[in-house]
Amino acid sequence: MALLEIKDLHATVEDDDGNPKPILKGISLTINPGEIHAVMGPNGAGKSTLSNVISGRPGYTVTGGTVTYDGQDLLEMEADERARAGIFLAFQYPVEIPGVATGTFLKTAINARRKANGEPEIEAVDFLKMMKANAKKLGVADSMLKRPVNVGFSGGEKKRAEVLQMAMLEPRLCVLDETDSGLDIDALRVVADGVNALRTPERGMLVITHYQRLLDYIVPDVVHVLADGRIVKSGDKSLALELEAKGYAEFTGAAA
Amino acid sequence: MAATQDTIDRIAEASGTYKYGFVTDIESDKAPKGLNEDTIRFISAKKDEPAWMLDWRLKAYRHWLTMKEPDWQKVGYPPIDYQDAYYYAAPKSKDDAPKSLDEVDPELLRTYEKLGIPLKEQEMLAGVAVDAVFDSVSVATTYKKKLEEMGVIFCPISEAVHRFPELVQKYLGSVVPYSDNFFATLNCAVFTDGSFVYVPKGLRCPMELSTYFRINEQNTGQFERTLIIADEGSYVSYLEGCTAPQRDDNQLHAAVVELITMDDAEIKYSTVQNWYPGDSEGKGGIYNFVTKRGACRGKNSKISWTQVETGSAVTWKYPSCILQGDNSVGEFYSVAITNNAQQADTGTKMIHIGKNTRSRIISKGISAGRADQTYRGLVRMLPKAEGARNHTQCDSLLIGDQCGAHTVPYIESRNPTAQVEHEATTSRISDDQLFYCLQRGIPEEDAVALIVNGFCKEVLQTLPMEFAVEAQKLVGISLEGSVG
Repeated sequence: MALLEIKDLHATVEDDDGNPKPILKGISLTINPGEIHAVMGPNGAGKSTLSNVISGRPGYTVTGGTVTYDGQDLLEMEADERARAGIFLAFQYPVEIPGVATGTFLKTAINARRKANGEPEIEAVDFLKMMKANAKKLGVADSMLKRPVNVGFSGGEKKRAEVLQMAMLEPRLCVLDETDSGLDIDALRVVADGVNALRTPERGMLVITHYQRLLDYIVPDVVHVLADGRIVKSGDKSLALELEAKGYAEFTGAAA
Repeated sequence: MAATQDTIDRIAEASGTYKYGFVTDIESDKAPKGLNEDTIRFISAKKDEPAWMLDWRLKAYRHWLTMKEPDWQKVGYPPIDYQDAYYYAAPKSKDDAPKSLDEVDPELLRTYEKLGIPLKEQEMLAGVAVDAVFDSVSVATTYKKKLEEMGVIFCPISEAVHRFPELVQKYLGSVVPYSDNFFATLNCAVFTDGSFVYVPKGLRCPMELSTYFRINEQNTGQFERTLIIADEGSYVSYLEGCTAPQRDDNQLHAAVVELITMDDAEIKYSTVQNWYPGDSEGKGGIYNFVTKRGACRGKNSKISWTQVETGSAVTWKYPSCILQGDNSVGEFYSVAITNNAQQADTGTKMIHIGKNTRSRIISKGISAGRADQTYRGLVRMLPKAEGARNHTQCDSLLIGDQCGAHTVPYIESRNPTAQVEHEATTSRISDDQLFYCLQRGIPEEDAVALIVNGFCKEVLQTLPMEFAVEAQKLVGISLEGSVG
C-alpha cells in the first residue's frame, strides 16, 4: 500500500482581501514506503502550500482531489491527529516558543502520541537517554536542549533541532520544507546526514527544495518539478541536475 | 500516587466543568443575616474573645460605616448588599473541638480528600503542616506540636488571640491598620479566622507552612485574617491555596494578610488562588477583594510574594511591601489568568523608605475569552530612600480578540539617587506557535497550556516545588475552551 497518495489535489489560500486564491491546481503524487521524493520548483509554484496542506495548516482550503495516508483519508484529520499518525513537517522557519525548554517540548509531543495510543507516559530516564543519544548523533549540544524552543538559535541550530525532533518522534512520513534554506555547506551536511540516518524501508520522505544542492546529500528516488500549482515533470535524480543546469524557465514559460 | 488519582477521579465525577465544584452538606450554625454591632458581638462571643478584641472589631465597624466602597478599579459588578449576607458560619462540631484527626467529622475529612488534601497522607509523606480552614473555623491542625517544639507558632488566629495575646495585640493591624480601606476595615470588624505564625529569632523554619482555604456556606462572606511575624534572622515559607464549591450566588471574600520581618528575616508567601470564577457568563463567581501587605521592618530583611491567580469572578488585590529597613528587599511575582467573563485588577505596591532598598516586580497577565485584566502597580521612592532601586517587568498575553489587558503603573520618586525601571510588553499566542505545537502532535488545549506556562515560567519557578506542579496544571485547566 502506498504511504501517501495524492490525487488531483486543488487548494486555495485566502489573499489579503479574504478572497480564495488557487495555488494547487491538480497535483498527483504517490510515495511508497522507503521512497524519497523531491519536489523542486521556482518561487511561488506552490511548494510550501503542498507541505502545509499535507500537514493540515489552517488557512488553506482543499477545493478538490484526495489525499490518502496509510489508507486513511488525510483531509478528514486534524493537524495534531495527522502528526500523531506519523506525519512530520520540518519547518522552513521553525517557530520560537519562549520559556518552553526544547526537552520539555519534545517530551510533551512524545507523550501526546503515547496518550493517543493508550500508552503510559515515557519514563523520564528513558526519555533523557533517547534524547541524549539522538542529540549526540546530530551534534546538538546538551545545553541547547535546555534552551527554549528555537529561541536565540542560529539558522543552523534551528534546522538541526528540527531534525532532532524528527528523529525523536519517529515519523512514517517526513516532509522537509526548504530545510536547506539558511544553511552553510557544513551545516547542510550535518543536517543531511541526520536525515539520511532516518532512511528506513518503512519511512517515506518528501523533500521540498529550491536548489539541487541539498539533493547531492539527500539522494531522492524521484524528482518532481512543480510549477504554477502543477507537477509538470517527474523523473529520477538526474532531473535535478538538469534543472540545475537549465533553470526553471522552460517550465514557467510552459505554464504561463 | 494511586490515592491522588482516585481523588482526581472522584472530583471529576462530583463536578461539571469546574473541577473542584462540589458542596459538602454539614450543618452549621450561623450568625443572623446582616451586619450590625450585634453580628460582631455574636462573632466575638462565639470565639470567646477578650474585650480588647471585641473593642477593636467595633472600632473598625464604626469606622467602616463612614467609608465608601472604592470605585477606581477597572472592574464592574452589581452593588453588594452587605445586609444580605451571613458573617459567621461554623461546623456544629465546634463546641467539642476535635483533639485529633480521628475526632474530625468524617464528612469534613471526605471534603479534604476531594480537595486532594488527605491530611494523614500529608502528615506522613509530604512533611507539610496544614492549618486547614473549613468554613471559617479551623478544625484540624497538624504538625503544630512539632513546630512548637522548635519554637514556631503556627495556629488559627482565633487560638492565638487566647494563647499569645501580647503578640497579637502588638502586631495585628500594625501593617494594615483598621482604617486602611473599605474591605480591609470590614475584615477587621468581622474576620472569622485565619492563620497566625511566629518564627523566633534565628530559626529557619524547615517546613513549608500551608493553609488551604475553603468557602462552603451559601451567602457567607469569607473574611480570613492572617498574621505572620518573622523575628530577627528567621525564615519562613508560607503556602496558601484554595478552591471553592460551585455556587450560584456571588460570594464576597475580603481577606487581610499582614507580614512582618525584623532584621535579616525573610518571609516567602506563595498563593495559588482557584476560587470559582463563575460560569462562562461570570454568574456565580467569587468576589475576591483582598488586602495583603508586608512590612520589612528590619534591616536586610526580605518579603517575597508569589501569586498564581486563576479563579474568582472579580479580583481586587495588590500584595505590597513597605521597605522600612535599610537594604530590605521586596519582591512580587504574579501570574494572573482571566478567562470567559472574569475581571481582575491586580498588581502591587512597593514603598521604599529605607536606604538601598530594592524591589523587583514580575507580572504576567493572561487574558482569554471576554475577560478584562488590569495590572496596577505603585512604586514609591521616599526622600530617605538613598540608592533605592526598582525593576518592574509587566507582560500581557492575549488569547483571542475579545479580551482586554491594561497596564497602569504609578511611579513616584522623591529621591534623586533612586532608580526605577519599568518594562512592559503585550503579545498574543500566534497562529504559528499553535500550529508548530499541533504539528508535533500536541492537542490544541495542551499547546495553549504549554505556551502559557512558558510565558509564565519566570514566575512559576519561584514557587515551591509541589506548588509549581499544581500551578502548571491549573494554568492548563483555567484556559480550557479558550481557543478554537
